[in-house]
Amino acid sequence: MSVAKLRIYRGDAEGGQEVEYEVPVDEGMVVLDAIHFVQANYDGDLAVRWNCKAAKCGSCSAEINGMPKLTCKTRLDSLPLDKPVTVYPLKTFPIMKDLVTDVSWNYEVRKKIPPFKYAEDTDWKMQQVDVERSQEFRKCIECFLCQDVCHVLRNHNKKNEFFGPRMMIKIAELEMHPLDIEDRKEMLREAAGVGYCNITKCCTDVCPEEIHITDNAIIPLKERVADTYFDPLQWILNKVKGN
Amino acid sequence: MANGSAQNSITLRNDTWWVLPLITAIVLATFGAYSTWRAFSNVDFLVQPYLSPFYSPYILASWWPFSPALLILWAPLGFRATCYYYRKAYYRSFFLAPAACAVQPMAKEGNYDGETKFPFIIQNIHRYFFYAAGVVLFFLWVDAFHALWFEDGFGIGVGTIVLFVNVFLLSMYSMSCHSFRHLIGGRLDVFSKCPTRFRLWEKVSGWNENHALWAWLSLFSVALADLYIFLLAKGVITDLRII
Repeated sequence: MSVAKLRIYRGDAEGGQEVEYEVPVDEGMVVLDAIHFVQANYDGDLAVRWNCKAAKCGSCSAEINGMPKLTCKTRLDSLPLDKPVTVYPLKTFPIMKDLVTDVSWNYEVRKKIPPFKYAEDTDWKMQQVDVERSQEFRKCIECFLCQDVCHVLRNHNKKNEFFGPRMMIKIAELEMHPLDIEDRKEMLREAAGVGYCNITKCCTDVCPEEIHITDNAIIPLKERVADTYFDPLQWILNKVKGN
Repeated sequence: MANGSAQNSITLRNDTWWVLPLITAIVLATFGAYSTWRAFSNVDFLVQPYLSPFYSPYILASWWPFSPALLILWAPLGFRATCYYYRKAYYRSFFLAPAACAVQPMAKEGNYDGETKFPFIIQNIHRYFFYAAGVVLFFLWVDAFHALWFEDGFGIGVGTIVLFVNVFLLSMYSMSCHSFRHLIGGRLDVFSKCPTRFRLWEKVSGWNENHALWAWLSLFSVALADLYIFLLAKGVITDLRII
């Protein structure tokens, strides 16, 4: 049986350091299993947030060898075990203890998004073809890996100006809904700050649900903002149509 | 450092994250240097019946003292410069914003405006460059068909095939454009009321999944088509007549 060396960040908001642990590698073992081994055999006070262990609850997000990933979905045999595996908390959010961060900012931001709004005379029958786009976005498990990897939040700390990719897919889900009548384009441009996204697609790269965040949500939203604020032909067309 | 954790290095990634942006930078810089030289040179771009794509449509204007290519190339250049795929490529490779996911960007915290201010706010008029590049594309198709007619009548040479392959790849690049995807149907919320636009959107969405591939292939093809005609004009190679 081979042995993996894990360098896990131990500490809190005051500071901390990497601590190295040796973990025997079983077939099919994931990083979360290794963390549980450390808890059971070395340090019982190692803090880690987890729940389903099936890549569906979005709780066990961490940074493995520097990349935001779900620890329950990252197999040890997918990593180069000739070198120590680093496991760090999400960089974008305030650390609470060890691998646990405070992601509550995301829930506060989500409250700022105007909810689904329908017309009084709404006919509630919908065609599948009209809701399919929104359904892709509903796969989101709110692991916040996309928020963590987004350099606008992670490195530039624009939390007051940019809602982040997870909120962009929430807005896209509502904006593209066939029965929604709310107009969020002004909010997208101003408070949500869609213009801060520079399409480097890291959010899409790390999404464990493989949602096409950039191509199917953020770029279409940027185009909708362009319709309203940057396209004089579209503006004239809308005036002619009486929109 | 966003959360007081130990992540104050450029990155904790231990893979070869720097290879792709480096290759991208080298290829784009090489294409930029080659196309600039060819656009300004104003020679060796026409060998009947072949016209270099850098000089199509060929505009003879007495009031214009410079290379006629400069009257045209702003359109495809603007189309590529504001393209959602190339934005990712050059933001990563040249602006290091960021060079790769979970890697520290070059700009310091607080010194990032994304696409909210000049000059990058211009990215929002990508669709207008799409329209302009579409006009150029029309003339490239005319050129490709013109390349079927030699002094002795109908024929097919290697140059004919080169021009047809080039204009096909350029067409796929244009038709897989994110803005086109939006304009053709993406901006609708209720597809079922516009089945034709929905089918077109579905088709363009399929092409759009490979937009990066079309972007690279068409970049190479346009340079190689020009190089082929340049070498013909210089007498370095001779055109092989197939028919």
